[in-house]
Amino acid sequence: MNNSYRIALAGNPNTGKSTLFNAFTGLRQHTGNWAGKTVSLAEGTVRHKEKNYQIVDLPGTYSLFSNSVDEEVARNYIVFEKPDITLVVLDATSLERNLNLALQVLEMTKNVIVCINLIDEAEKKGIKINERILTRKLGVPVIKISARNKIGFPMLLDTIDRLVSGKIECNPVQTTYNEEIEEKITTIESKISNLVGNTISSRWLALRLLDGDKALLTEFNRRLVLNDQVRREA
Amino acid sequence: MNMNELFSEAQAISSPQLRDDIVQQLYSRSRELCDVGVSYTKTKADTRTEKLDAIFTSKIWGFPIMLIMLGVVFYLTIAGANIPSSMLAEFFGWLEGYITSVFQFLHAPDWLHGILVLGLYRGSTWVISVMLPPMAIFFPTFALLENYGYLPRVAFNMDRLFKFVGAHGKQSLTMAMGFGCNAAAVMSSRIIESPRERMLAILTNNFVPCNGRWGILIVLASLFMAANFTGGFKLLVTTGVIVGIVLFGIVVTFFVSWALSKTLLKGVPTHYTLELPPYRRPKFFDTVIRSSLTKSWTVLVRAVKVAAPAAILTWVLANIHIGDTSILLHMVEFLDPFGKMLGLDGYIMLAFILGLPANEIVLPILLMGYLSTGSLTEVDSLVDLKQIFLDHGWTWVTALNVMLFSLLHYPCGTTLVNIYKETKSKKWTFLAFLIPTVLAIVVPFIVYQTAKLLGWV
Repeated sequence: MNNSYRIALAGNPNTGKSTLFNAFTGLRQHTGNWAGKTVSLAEGTVRHKEKNYQIVDLPGTYSLFSNSVDEEVARNYIVFEKPDITLVVLDATSLERNLNLALQVLEMTKNVIVCINLIDEAEKKGIKINERILTRKLGVPVIKISARNKIGFPMLLDTIDRLVSGKIECNPVQTTYNEEIEEKITTIESKISNLVGNTISSRWLALRLLDGDKALLTEFNRRLVLNDQVRREA
Repeated sequence: MNMNELFSEAQAISSPQLRDDIVQQLYSRSRELCDVGVSYTKTKADTRTEKLDAIFTSKIWGFPIMLIMLGVVFYLTIAGANIPSSMLAEFFGWLEGYITSVFQFLHAPDWLHGILVLGLYRGSTWVISVMLPPMAIFFPTFALLENYGYLPRVAFNMDRLFKFVGAHGKQSLTMAMGFGCNAAAVMSSRIIESPRERMLAILTNNFVPCNGRWGILIVLASLFMAANFTGGFKLLVTTGVIVGIVLFGIVVTFFVSWALSKTLLKGVPTHYTLELPPYRRPKFFDTVIRSSLTKSWTVLVRAVKVAAPAAILTWVLANIHIGDTSILLHMVEFLDPFGKMLGLDGYIMLAFILGLPANEIVLPILLMGYLSTGSLTEVDSLVDLKQIFLDHGWTWVTALNVMLFSLLHYPCGTTLVNIYKETKSKKWTFLAFLIPTVLAIVVPFIVYQTAKLLGWV
């Protein structure tokens, strides 16, 4: 019986991931109004429509380029632990800066839901967000919520449910870069996919290798060794 | 072909400005998305946050406001904790009478009553009555400030000072975490990108007192430092002393960061962006309940978990005799000459050594040691407590030096384990032990010798 799923919460620091996590799980993860409060993974569970969801609260980061340990922790979880859904939590009051991270996540994994949090605060400030347009442009569901006041939760849970049961599908729209970069991606992408198959997005990996992400390389090799060990022992 | 070869191949065709191009493209796509998906109905921006920031982070008012906030939090903690603390102590004392009767009724052997009641029960209830009330006030007050958004402003104010000593501005955030728990704060140093500055934050975090040390600091400050004052004024003096101790810890943090960044951890502080979030009115009820119940509870459970075995161990050490003195006394006598040099004594040194697993148990162990029976007497009031100290030759300098030793000494066991986990280096973990220990010996030594020279003691 497979009705248990894992959901990772990603997003910029201080966008309310931990508040959403608490609201979901009823757990009392410490929350605070400052960037960098969550540095390790917190886990909890929620049940909805006969399905169990394990929620993982990732550290908040501005990017996923492995600049610091918490970025690596978040990146490794999304790429290597492969949650069934990655919820990207964005701050509605500074969407432009926040979307940047969402775009990076869309390159890394397929099943993504974009949660625009603090929507009540944004509306007070006169910010109107058209989530339909964003959904179409991003190729993944975009949902407006307020984790603090539990606005938009039924919609969010429903979308999660429909995504894991295959009623809707995500087709994340990839960011296209300039010709020069695209050419380089094409040069090595096929070799990468020969090596990793479809376990990791080869386009994303190509970009990371071009960027010279040593930390990712180390992590990749470490996991390869671990996998070999497991295989040998089996 | 393996991943390493692919990496080299990718590097061969890559260019230095590739990262910039990628980031730029991500940003321009974000802007395009916002252009089509977001509209603004109000043209006037909300300026409340800016106005508040002009005060909270102002060059003139920033630091005084910080000091006042710190003072207010401690004042509330000390003033509010007094009465519930003594009520809890009375309650546990009353309950102990009944527990003892049960033991007598069952004809339980004396040693069993000794271990379970005089050791375990008294040790753990003492920790509860001294620690629970201050925590139940300190955590929610601190959490309210945190959820309001004040902490990043503190970081902003302190940034220049940290830059000046060669450290990272975000170190003030990990420092603030340290007020709760150094072990957690060591983990929170992950928010600092540069390994060098992260190491500075880890090595110096111990100089802010964690909740396990509040108990001993508050008790000693109110017993000895404010002894000649009464009423509201006494509270103010106690608060002043605590704030002074905290400030001294911060000064030491700066000094050690500076010394390290000139020697072992040379380097220039990196630039970073610090986000100043909008001020948000905290969900008052949620915050208070969450932090006072949940957080105090977890900390308390941890304290009792360590206090219980420590109390039993102390009782056993004090009641098993080699020759005609107990093991405890042998150890005390061994440590006494060294302690005396620092204006302390063998009991105090032993309490800090046995207190390595958790700072919470230093004071209970010390009291158990002082009482010849080796078990904690019922300490119904702080006056009883002070008498015990005075009987063992304490002066205000002893109290001050115990506070300084507690502030500066090596991190607790959990923190050391976390430091090892985060640095993955025995050398740095050892340094994290060594630096505070040396300071905790040198500073009280200087204080005591000066006081002696000036004829104060």
